[in-house]
Amino acid sequence: MVDLRVKIHNLFLKNPVMTASGTCGFGEEIADFINLSELGGIVVKGTTLNHREGNAYPRMAETPSGMLNAVGLQNKGVDNFIDNIYPNIKDIDTHFIVNVNGSTIEEYVTVTEKINKLDKISAIELNISCPNVKEGGMSFGVSCQSAEAVVKAVRKVYDKTLIVKLSPNVTNIAEIAKAVEGQGADSVSLINTLLAMAVNAETRKPVLSTITGGLSGPAVKPVALRMVWQVYNAVKIPVIGMGGIMNATDAIEFMLAGASAIQVGTALFIDPTTPVKIVKGISEYMEKHNIQSVDELIGGLQC
Amino acid sequence: MKKTVIDFVLLENKQLNKDNFQLVLQSPILLSDIFPGQFTNVEIKDAKDIFLRRPFSVLDINYQQQTISLLVKILGKGSKKLTETIPGQTVSAIFPLGKSFTLPQKNDKILLIGGGSGVAPMLFLSKICGLNPDYVHILIGAKTKSDHIGISDYKQYGQFYFSTEDGSFGEKGYVTNHSIFTTQIERFDKIYTCGPVLMMKAIGKIAKEKNIFCEVSLENMMACGFGACLCCVEDTKAGHKCVCTDGPVFNVNDLKW
Repeated sequence: MVDLRVKIHNLFLKNPVMTASGTCGFGEEIADFINLSELGGIVVKGTTLNHREGNAYPRMAETPSGMLNAVGLQNKGVDNFIDNIYPNIKDIDTHFIVNVNGSTIEEYVTVTEKINKLDKISAIELNISCPNVKEGGMSFGVSCQSAEAVVKAVRKVYDKTLIVKLSPNVTNIAEIAKAVEGQGADSVSLINTLLAMAVNAETRKPVLSTITGGLSGPAVKPVALRMVWQVYNAVKIPVIGMGGIMNATDAIEFMLAGASAIQVGTALFIDPTTPVKIVKGISEYMEKHNIQSVDELIGGLQC
Repeated sequence: MKKTVIDFVLLENKQLNKDNFQLVLQSPILLSDIFPGQFTNVEIKDAKDIFLRRPFSVLDINYQQQTISLLVKILGKGSKKLTETIPGQTVSAIFPLGKSFTLPQKNDKILLIGGGSGVAPMLFLSKICGLNPDYVHILIGAKTKSDHIGISDYKQYGQFYFSTEDGSFGEKGYVTNHSIFTTQIERFDKIYTCGPVLMMKAIGKIAKEKNIFCEVSLENMMACGFGACLCCVEDTKAGHKCVCTDGPVFNVNDLKW
């Protein structure tokens, strides 16, 4: 029996496979397909203080080996999560991590304070990297000063595991990672989507209503791997890797590059059973290579 | 109805006309019930530049044989690749998805209007609605005669009407120019439609004017098909609704049309 357990600060995961925010709602959308308790964790849809309608349709474009989305944080607000979602998920045997968003530092703090009171939520993922909202989101994640400011404020009101989700739309992601580590982040997750666009040559119009959107899928994997490796070498806190992971081999590559855990996102749209297949695949890889603990894989890249 | 990713086996691939194919898929597991308007999201294998699944509404289901039929119209690279599937090959499909049309009540007189691949759920509905065929009227529109698919298997379920834009088959003009709208529209209790958005909007407008119950089936671009990605939203009177889970069937009065 191989040991798949990993630790992200105070968060003990039964295996390193999580689902990425915005790709499986609150878990219920994929509950028909898999047993949620087989997952290491589920990062729920980006949550803001108030209800948000998100951006206008069209919000999606298929691109080579990937897709663009411009959903724009459509969600019913944190109070709806607390009142209507949390009671249904709190007893499921996996970690639910709330992805916290805001337009202002005050909004991030208020949402975090509310989530902090929920016993069964043992971590938040602070999203300072959403490219699809006009205010807040990515604008906090593209400079060390603004990233530090929001993490510092949230850290003051949050005593459980604080994961900060980083934007790849920066010159030096390792600097941002170091900055948020310096303000008390317990972990960083990366990458969020890459700012991108798609054009329809026939209509001479952008495909997305917002003109630009976020690119995800296998197209971004090499970029994501590079960034995970750079950040792993720059910080001491655990790194959660994501970006185009479609199968167990992809997941193992991220772990070798330095990820303590991984998130599966876009792959869920094509096959919602992917995360469970990845858990099994990592196990098989470890048996084949005579690896007892998944910890041995983390940062195991031989350069 | 539990949604499942099913590896179907293609039993039959029948070309109906230039651009339309009927695919019969055999399920290795017991199929859940599926009703007209519901759909399945199909993986397109080994196709360059195709990353996401493609949604198709179901034309028919056979519970004895455990098969479903899909009407596949070539619209782009994905649908074209799917029509090249040969019997014996596996076709992965997520099934069943979405909400169906509201089935008519006994004694309802219904008008079904299909355009393009939107014909599929209309034929399926005519077959399973359980009404006296005299009460089921089916209008099918196309650009030209060769775009129409054969409906002989469905003739027994209702009265058929046809239109073509060039007048080569049935009445000339758009479906909404068909004489059924001037001579007998008031007699219908329910109108169901699936096809191009402009067609459905025109029909919805008539239904609203005549105060007739009307359901339309939307096909907004989607990634997942099961409510996870939130990409396929329609801006309804109650805000953004996912076409894949809140629809694809909507009452026209709930839309901002």
